[in-house]
Amino acid sequence: MRIPLAALIGLILTAIYFLAAIFAPLIAPYGVAEVVGQVWEPSSADYLLGTDNIGRDLLSRMIYGGRTTIFIATAATILSFTTGAILGFLATVLGGWWDQLMSRFVDLLMSIPTLIFALVVLSVMPVTVPVLILVMGFLDSTRVYRLARAVAVDINVMDYVEAARLRGEGNRWVIFREILPNALSPLVAEMGMRFIFMVLFVSTLSFLGLGVQPPGADWGGIVKENADGIVYGIGAALYPAVAIATLAISVNLVADWVLNRTTSLKGGRG
Amino acid sequence: MPTLVKLLAQRIALGLLLLFLVSILIFAGTNILPGDVAQSILGQSATPEALANLRKELGLNDPVVTRYFSWLGGALHGDLGTALTSRLDIATEIGRRLGNTLFLAFWAAVIAVPLAIFLGLLAVRYRDRWPDKVISAFTLASISVPEFLIGYLLMFFIGVKLRWFPSTAISYRPDADLFTRLESIALPVAVLTFVVLAHMMRMTRAAILNVMQSAYIETAELKGLRMFTIIWRHAFPNSIAPIVNVVMLNLAYLVVGVVVIEVVFVYPGMGQYLVDHVSKRDVPVVQACGLIFAAVYIGMNLIADVVSILANPRLRHPK
Repeated sequence: MRIPLAALIGLILTAIYFLAAIFAPLIAPYGVAEVVGQVWEPSSADYLLGTDNIGRDLLSRMIYGGRTTIFIATAATILSFTTGAILGFLATVLGGWWDQLMSRFVDLLMSIPTLIFALVVLSVMPVTVPVLILVMGFLDSTRVYRLARAVAVDINVMDYVEAARLRGEGNRWVIFREILPNALSPLVAEMGMRFIFMVLFVSTLSFLGLGVQPPGADWGGIVKENADGIVYGIGAALYPAVAIATLAISVNLVADWVLNRTTSLKGGRG
Repeated sequence: MPTLVKLLAQRIALGLLLLFLVSILIFAGTNILPGDVAQSILGQSATPEALANLRKELGLNDPVVTRYFSWLGGALHGDLGTALTSRLDIATEIGRRLGNTLFLAFWAAVIAVPLAIFLGLLAVRYRDRWPDKVISAFTLASISVPEFLIGYLLMFFIGVKLRWFPSTAISYRPDADLFTRLESIALPVAVLTFVVLAHMMRMTRAAILNVMQSAYIETAELKGLRMFTIIWRHAFPNSIAPIVNVVMLNLAYLVVGVVVIEVVFVYPGMGQYLVDHVSKRDVPVVQACGLIFAAVYIGMNLIADVVSILANPRLRHPK
């Protein structure tokens, strides 16, 4: 199997980010909340990216921040995919009233901008990591639901599904053994896009002060903490931009490749 | 055209119904969720008396349905209640800020829409050549960075390093003359333009490319018309409906993007008001702002639908 260059670069960068997230305590030179120097020191041999607004090592903060951001985004993506896909398939298989009920409710949820609805909900919920994951995951599962249902509707009318039904298989079998394997590739390609969206979403929430709470670090929070420095010409708040952009672009490259491979006639689903 | 009027009336009624359901959802989102609103406003260390007082003040002792209808009734009469934290009337505060937000969104739209359509046309004209490639690369880059970071990048390089424009909009005064106001919002407008431009451009390109595959375009080509004339005279009018759709959806997105950008540039608008009060857990303000943002969003989508019905004769006569 040949991997195109763009996809290879994407894969390598994505892998580096995930490895850095997993092994953060081993890589980071200092602790996440450890004050090691003066406020906003420029980069030096000791502090590769300089220090932040209260003298913590910025590189360590970025590595630990990446860990939090990637963890929350991954967990929320998994939640959004399991809920969205299962409900989408269920709506297809059940059809009729259930389908109408669930689809119209999803339409209703999607008619409110995601960020606004998240803000409304977070105004009465305690802002903790599990709550963030739940809110982000459930709000985003509406998008996955739409896709899953659209894909499943086509599969549900196939002869082999009918054969399975005539054989006497139940809904559970049809969903997991007939529809899921055939719907997997478009869903996996979409997963990349949803993951990026989650990274941007959690960064935005943290930036607004409604995501990861201090002293924990995440990329959006680092921007918030160091934003005051911008006016004095200190660019500490801009490092997360580089991190988020490279992560997003490399995941995009991988997702594009997966999509091309699974939709092209020659590549096939093998 | 009675069918047309009927169709439009149906669509508008549907929009109003949607808005009503959304108001229920927003109200439910702050009420039915696990956890006590009074408790989360005052924190874990609150005394039982303080909790009881706040519950009474918020009317939490009434049943949910009663509270919902009194809230909705008030909102329909322009009475959005008072803020818990500042004791100020929410409607007057929003009235002051909504104008600022619309001013910002308006100028972003004025710049972004023509630019996006022009660049979209350009991308079609030079398809698969370098202008098209530059435009796609730009699109990919701009959807990969959250808008608040684009804001800080511009603030850092243009506002602070080059000193072309004021780096924050904190000095914005609604009663200053137009030029001063425009100067102080130059950077936020640039960011918002940037954010919606990419998406709008891409969709315009897709919409026109779709039309370009039609037989009448081939005829026009065989007649020997110039490429730009074909696009402008034949492809563009037929892709107005999808383009208007894209524009409205992006304007709706603009209204949401404004929330974050206002916080970045310390601009006294609705977004900052909402975010401030979410962290203060001031539920009445959050409900009011949420309702208004949702209403604007639904309104934009409604206009998009209406325009596409008007622009496409086939949609006027559903089979």
